[in-house]
Amino acid sequence: MAGLTTLRGKVAGMNRVNVDTDQIIPKQFLKRTEKTGFGQYLFYDWRFLADGTPNPEFELNRPENQGASILVANDNFGCGSSREHAPWALQDYGIQVVIAPSFADIFHQNCLKNGMLPVVLKEEEVHYLLEKAKSASYELTVSVEDKTIKDAEGFQAEFPLSAYWQKMLINGWDEIELTLQMDDQIKRYEDSLI
Amino acid sequence: MGKTIIDKLWDQHIVHREEGKPDLLYIDLHLVHEVTSPQAFSGLRMKNRKVRRPDRTFATVDHNVPTVNRFNITDPVANNQMETLRQNCKEFGITLADINSPEQGIVHVIGPELGLTQPGMTIVCGDSHTSTHGAFGSIAFGIGTSEVEHTLATQTLWQSKPKTLKVQVDGKLGTGVLAKDVILYVLSKHGVNFGTGHIIEYCGEVIRDMTMEERMTVCNMSIEGGARAGLVSPDETTIEYLRGRKYVPSGQEFEETAEKWLALASDEDATYDKEIYIDASEIAPMVSWGTNPSQTAPVTGRVPFLNECANENERRSVESALAYMDFKEGQQISDIKIQKVFIGSCTNSRLEDLRMAAEIAKGRKVAPGVQAIVVPGSQNVKVLAEAEGLDKIFLEAGFEWRESGCSMCLSMNADIVPAGEHCASTSNRNFEGRQGAGSRTHLVSPAMAAAAAVNGYFVDVRKMESAEAVH
Ligand code: SF4
Repeated sequence: MAGLTTLRGKVAGMNRVNVDTDQIIPKQFLKRTEKTGFGQYLFYDWRFLADGTPNPEFELNRPENQGASILVANDNFGCGSSREHAPWALQDYGIQVVIAPSFADIFHQNCLKNGMLPVVLKEEEVHYLLEKAKSASYELTVSVEDKTIKDAEGFQAEFPLSAYWQKMLINGWDEIELTLQMDDQIKRYEDSLI
Repeated sequence: MGKTIIDKLWDQHIVHREEGKPDLLYIDLHLVHEVTSPQAFSGLRMKNRKVRRPDRTFATVDHNVPTVNRFNITDPVANNQMETLRQNCKEFGITLADINSPEQGIVHVIGPELGLTQPGMTIVCGDSHTSTHGAFGSIAFGIGTSEVEHTLATQTLWQSKPKTLKVQVDGKLGTGVLAKDVILYVLSKHGVNFGTGHIIEYCGEVIRDMTMEERMTVCNMSIEGGARAGLVSPDETTIEYLRGRKYVPSGQEFEETAEKWLALASDEDATYDKEIYIDASEIAPMVSWGTNPSQTAPVTGRVPFLNECANENERRSVESALAYMDFKEGQQISDIKIQKVFIGSCTNSRLEDLRMAAEIAKGRKVAPGVQAIVVPGSQNVKVLAEAEGLDKIFLEAGFEWRESGCSMCLSMNADIVPAGEHCASTSNRNFEGRQGAGSRTHLVSPAMAAAAAVNGYFVDVRKMESAEAVH
């Protein structure tokens, strides 16, 4: 995994609450056995009309949101099924940072484990960003090192991120490798079980 | 000061703890199915890694198995996923309850019925309804595919300890009010994220009086309230359910183990980060009307009016639910006509669920224009139900009797609710498109689903003859 230190990118707004993973990646696309290629199905039922053409009403299809790498959403983003296909699909589509006032737990974890950054900001900050995102040229700079988000107009916000995940993200580390180095300890634990 | 079962189990499973990091937690049991595992196994293979404890790993196929003609899988992609799991289990030495196994079934139904699920365990599965297993007094939670890979390779997971939440249900449930109604009621009152960041312990007289299958129904939907997991402290009911199951110890060893299990229960004076109290007498049979499980009302109630919404977010979410479901504000629940009925899923597909549905179906007929299917949770459930003649009751009443699997709960197989149709479903999620693009799901108990099937619309099961048999 490539490390993530700072990212400057275009912002797409999606002012919806309780966006669930069934919407992020509908289940008819879960049958692949690879991790890649899910981006084309991202938000499929919202993004495309019944005849397969793009739905012009849908946020990510609007001209101002093309090429966005940062998604701003509302409360409880990523609720529902634990499917990791949801962060894979967002990532494959080009989204690397999701900002919301709150996330569903499993989705939050799944993002971090895949090198994506879920950013929790205050409600008023998110509302400000949702407003701003309506402009096509609006960009944000996200720093994992400083745990801050800035725009060119003086907006600045800090977000929480544990030291552990900060280090993992910056270095693009594989969690399994780290754990396997603790094999002795795991063995000792197993030996202590009756 | 006393400890909760959550604290006890967490502490017992810590392999490594360090300031500023999540805990490294040992995982006792890892359940695997065909949809969330292929990428995990291929990750192992790419890095030349092994499965650390195949003996603590158990697999089955459930999400996309057909429920009719089950050996004739026509969807090539589904077939590929099942075949991939088969090969992975063989290569890595994992036991698989395959499609032709008498032990096959929904992963959250077979874990408990085989006795794989035991009190005191940490249990994970790449499926959010893993919380079901918490009914036995275990910490059981859903994980994503990266975590599946991590568990396969290390038998551990890095986890930050969630907070503790007590949900106490006091009193006695009325006739016709079932475990499903309890959890739907909690969701309708407290919303879809009251449990975020918490592990729930369900307690109180109502939970104590419940059978294990009922406790599983309640714990199953903990995730619908945003909780990481939900559990019930083990008691005699837990022990008696487990006695004699395939993977639990037998004889004297069982008695000794049972003692240890009982000692895991939360201490009387344990304290929780948050507490919720529910009065059982307020709970009626529930029906979800919207597109998340908290959008639920008593069968005697109605859909809200927009001006009743507490804030802008709620208003927006109610508005979009009404549009999707094609409802007017204030519409009566009892006026909702249904076209499909699904009795099944890891929430309500066990023997007791089928018995209750059969009580209502007995001697009646599925209403014209309604298709009703009954999908037992496992092959074991199916065999037991058939031994009692439940299949005959359903078939005579015009229900379809199917093979075990997830089926219409998420419609990854051929069992789909067509766009625009309303389905009375005993499953756990009513999200847009969950049962097929444009499908309209109503979450209900098995008795309410059967009552809807024979009437063609929602009726209060308490008003039907034979309701006394449903409790
Ligand atoms: S029955 Fe439904 S909720 Fe349960 S494991 Fe299967 S798909 Fe998931």
